[in-house]
Amino acid sequence: MAERTIIPFGPQHPVLPEPIHLDLVLEDEKVIEAIPSIGFIHRGLEKLVEKRDFLQYTYVAERICGICSFMHGLGYCQGIETLMNIEIPERALFLRTIWSEMSRIHSHLLWLGLTADAFGFESLFMQTWKIRETMLDIMEETSGGRVIMGSCTIGGVRKDIDRETLHRIVNQLADLEKQIHEITSVFEKDYTVQQRLVGLGTLTREDAYDLGAVGPMAKASGICLDMRQLGYAAYSRLDFTPIVASAGDSYARTLVRMQEIYQSIDLIRQCEAKMPLGPILTKVTGNPTGEYFMRVEQPRGEVIYYIKGNGTKFLDRVRIRTPTFANLPSLLKILQGCELADVPVLILTIDPCISCTER
Amino acid sequence: MAAHTIENISLSSLLESVKRMKEQGFRLIQMSCTHKDTFILDYTFGKELDLFDLKIILQALIEVPSITSIFPAAFIYENEIHDLFGIPITKISIDYSGNLFKTSIKTPFGDQTAVSTNTPEK
Amino acid sequence: MSFFKMAKIITRNLFTSPATRKYPLTKRSNYSNTRGKIDIQIENCVHCGICQRRCPTGAITVNRIDKEWTIDPFACVTCGYCVDVCPKKCLSMNNQYSPSAHTKEKETHKDARVPDHTTNH
Repeated sequence: MAERTIIPFGPQHPVLPEPIHLDLVLEDEKVIEAIPSIGFIHRGLEKLVEKRDFLQYTYVAERICGICSFMHGLGYCQGIETLMNIEIPERALFLRTIWSEMSRIHSHLLWLGLTADAFGFESLFMQTWKIRETMLDIMEETSGGRVIMGSCTIGGVRKDIDRETLHRIVNQLADLEKQIHEITSVFEKDYTVQQRLVGLGTLTREDAYDLGAVGPMAKASGICLDMRQLGYAAYSRLDFTPIVASAGDSYARTLVRMQEIYQSIDLIRQCEAKMPLGPILTKVTGNPTGEYFMRVEQPRGEVIYYIKGNGTKFLDRVRIRTPTFANLPSLLKILQGCELADVPVLILTIDPCISCTER
Repeated sequence: MAAHTIENISLSSLLESVKRMKEQGFRLIQMSCTHKDTFILDYTFGKELDLFDLKIILQALIEVPSITSIFPAAFIYENEIHDLFGIPITKISIDYSGNLFKTSIKTPFGDQTAVSTNTPEK
Repeated sequence: MSFFKMAKIITRNLFTSPATRKYPLTKRSNYSNTRGKIDIQIENCVHCGICQRRCPTGAITVNRIDKEWTIDPFACVTCGYCVDVCPKKCLSMNNQYSPSAHTKEKETHKDARVPDHTTNH
């Protein structure tokens, strides 16, 4: 009987963007099981709903996470708008879609860089983040912030993008696409990258469905589930199909996220072509009542906003179930049986956003 | 158009309603708890783009059976609800006994108890 | 499957200019939309206190009796809600960030004008 040791992983580790703690039970070099422990970045944001009214809470909801900031604001605002039956102007829907897709591009570029860093490919990490800088500059030029965009509000959006700026951005994205193509061909075809990613952390289709995997984790295992098909914002007017792979290993997840970057650039191009002129904000009066589950597709998967109002300006409950929280059981499953050196790559392959998980 | 249904059930019919969801091909999407005078537990299931929610109202902190025997992924949500709200959920398949979510006040969202002693004083 | 795919990018980088700026010799200029510090035209302020009630972080304090408006720039998250709700539109958002400092000091603006009828010289 081989001897078992317990090695603590985290909360501080060079490969982790945010703190999470895992106790790895090892037998020689193989991981037998992993015991998670979270709570390092818990700010009690769900309890803050008792002290901040529902209009102020938009600003709190945006600041839950830096990488998926816009879509948190979007999910919250859409939930309140459904409860209060507010009709959003068409132009605002398209603007929200454009910013959502920009969020998705920058998040996936961030993830590609971190994954390259996890298996030691520093130069690829730096090159990917250099491309991401252009994306952050575009986000700052249109909305005011590189990380926290702050442009989504209940009733519409706060800032507009005029036609010349939008046209220039679409041209910039076409140039960006060529640079992204160079980087993604390294991920796809390079020998060393494939040695580290192919066959690692395979999740079968049944396991992915039963354990509740969402986002690219589920799509890489063959489950075609994308909340953008629900048709919120302007997605019902745009033409896209979710990207699915079938291998279920880390290489398949990398390919799914890379293809989603190209799909997002194409969606922004479609939005520019179809966006109408008009107002961007409607006036909001009254208080929300009732309850609703709003689902939005964040870069990491499906986020659920459960909002319950009682007719006063303070909401009863805002419950945010983020995609990383749903992917944690899948993480604990794929860690079983892997080597110790592969643990950082596997933790990054679920795209962990711990500040979302713990709110 | 995706379905969005919310159904109220009683605590005693929890396990058979959950079994019915599993037979119809649903999977567990999330579990949530609301605390304002009473505790309201929400079990949300989904299949493709449809959403189905089961709601239970608990008057006090009574024992709730775990659904991990039917949906193994529920352990993470049940541990979180136990750590944050203090609802005693029995027979969870992987039970962290309060160590999943480290906070300096135990059960911060439920009825708060004394400050935990294992965080170092400043 | 190919080797040295990255080598082409790296050799090209050897012969092009660096992607980073030589800060602080060259500074990055912000865009016109960038959210920065909050400015106030204190002459137009009526000290209603709406900005204080709406601020999500509680960074603004309004003193109606002393006619003072105080903001803590280190608590402000530049959300811009105060700018949107001010009834007199005296608040505006600058596109430069708040300067860094050694101590967290609040910034107070006082309306020190004296009405005409009190001076009787």
